[in-house]
Amino acid sequence: MSIEVLIKKDLGAFKLNIAFQSDSRRIGILGASGCGKSLTLKSIAGIERPDEGRIVVNGKTLFDSLERMNLKPQLRKVGYLFQNYALFPTMTVEQNIAAGLTGKRGEIMQRVGGIVEQFHLNGLEKRLPGELSGGQQQRVALARMLVCEPEVILLDEPFSALDVYLRDQMQRNLMEMLETYPGIVILVSHNRDEVYRMSEEMIVLKQGRLAGQGNTKWLFDEPGNITIARLTGCKNIAKVRPVDFGIYAEEWDMVLPIQGKAGMDIQAVAIRAHQFSMHKAEDKEGLVFSVLEPVVTEDLFEYNISFKTSIHASGRVDWKVSKDAWQYGRDKMPERLYLKKSDLHLLTE
Amino acid sequence: MNLDWSPLIISLKTGAVATVLAFFGGIYAARKVVRAKPGIKAVMDGILTLPMVLPPTVAGFFLLLLFSTRRPVGACLYDTFNIKVIQSWAGCVIAATVIAFPLMYRNARAAFEQIDVNLIYAARTLGMSEWKIFWKVVMPTAGPGVAAGTILTFARAMGEYGATSMLAGNIPGKTGTISQKIAMVIQDGDYLTAGVWVGIVVALAFGIVCVMNLIIGKQMKHVKRW
Repeated sequence: MSIEVLIKKDLGAFKLNIAFQSDSRRIGILGASGCGKSLTLKSIAGIERPDEGRIVVNGKTLFDSLERMNLKPQLRKVGYLFQNYALFPTMTVEQNIAAGLTGKRGEIMQRVGGIVEQFHLNGLEKRLPGELSGGQQQRVALARMLVCEPEVILLDEPFSALDVYLRDQMQRNLMEMLETYPGIVILVSHNRDEVYRMSEEMIVLKQGRLAGQGNTKWLFDEPGNITIARLTGCKNIAKVRPVDFGIYAEEWDMVLPIQGKAGMDIQAVAIRAHQFSMHKAEDKEGLVFSVLEPVVTEDLFEYNISFKTSIHASGRVDWKVSKDAWQYGRDKMPERLYLKKSDLHLLTE
Repeated sequence: MNLDWSPLIISLKTGAVATVLAFFGGIYAARKVVRAKPGIKAVMDGILTLPMVLPPTVAGFFLLLLFSTRRPVGACLYDTFNIKVIQSWAGCVIAATVIAFPLMYRNARAAFEQIDVNLIYAARTLGMSEWKIFWKVVMPTAGPGVAAGTILTFARAMGEYGATSMLAGNIPGKTGTISQKIAMVIQDGDYLTAGVWVGIVVALAFGIVCVMNLIIGKQMKHVKRW
């Protein structure tokens, strides 16, 4: 299993220029809208043609501008799950699934029957896509894609059109169905939870460029740069500059007694709002934050407390705490919050 | 009154053949234009729409220039295939086809452009050939729009007057269409015959519009009343 992607495409105001290589079976691409995620997927599928570059999947070259090689999408064996599923509206479920198959009619019907069974579509074979629910449509689209036995499947924001309730359920369904799929899966999303749940390796894009790549869990644990910290949902990010006893975060008016790693040009620090603790940590190197002028917002299962670390601070810090641990009105507002030193993420630009 | 039915037969025959020609030509042109790059697209669209916006007599003038037996194309057709376009039924068909063609082309193009492009992309990634995509995905999805275009094309082709009279002339029983018949009998002051033909044309036209609405209506169920 391997995929190698090197794409350059100039669209005037927007320039895509990315390169990555991965041996993972489950890859997530995370980025804000308009960062080039979809363009990347479309280039892999052969729907868009990059100006320059190279795309190789499992040793098979799909595109190579130097060798003037551009395999037609029909021959790439790359499946694409569109956001709106792109089911053929005039064809029944059965006809949709059979659309890409060629050969004897009997064999085709047998394969369609098999996949209908596997995706629990029995009884819906003669329906038109317009008569199906969102979840059923997604299953048909998956079945139609997988019956062609692609080597790679690309999922383009597969859940963004759904409401929250349906989304969780369909994520679980999709993950179950893909469990037995032996090929490479690339998921594109602007939703960090989706990427966290569904990928082993993560690629982060920002404005058409690669901002980071690595094991998904590691990147969430140690974002490394401001873009990744933001996209993985760090609430508190502050620019810093070195001072005598550590680094100074101006927005928070606070000196953090931290020595940067050798050779790392630290531009900012990030803290996840959930990682503050009301109790002093065991390790002596923990950081202490004063809680001044707190503003409490109540959510369903937690509170968000926005506070200043100093009366001179220009920015605020967010702390999220579960209602089990602390309740507004019942418990006293803590005067200090503690943070393990390992939970202060040092970031480059 | 003893009515000569030949104008009706000639008009229907001309309309039918011109519609078949414009149907395939219009769909082919629409497909080319939809797939063309923006700059080329604008030029192609302009040329293909011209017969609709120009006066039919201007189209007739160009057709006369092209098919005159004293000019290369017309002479070649006459010498090698013994086909005479001027003053013949072939002329009726060509004039009607050229004038009605933009209606087919524009309706087909609009119907194609309405199609979610992801359907075509998805079909490609599923390994469907471009030919299969066109006939199995694009045409059925664009069906109502194309059907409406076809009917309008037939109506326009059947009623063509200006270019037809220049290219094919009005030879009774040969190139004398209903439109030309009406113009002729009115010049003779025979308002009764003209009225009968007008009645036939109005009934036909109304029938065509009804059929068209039936076809489109199926697709328009979701449209709310204003």
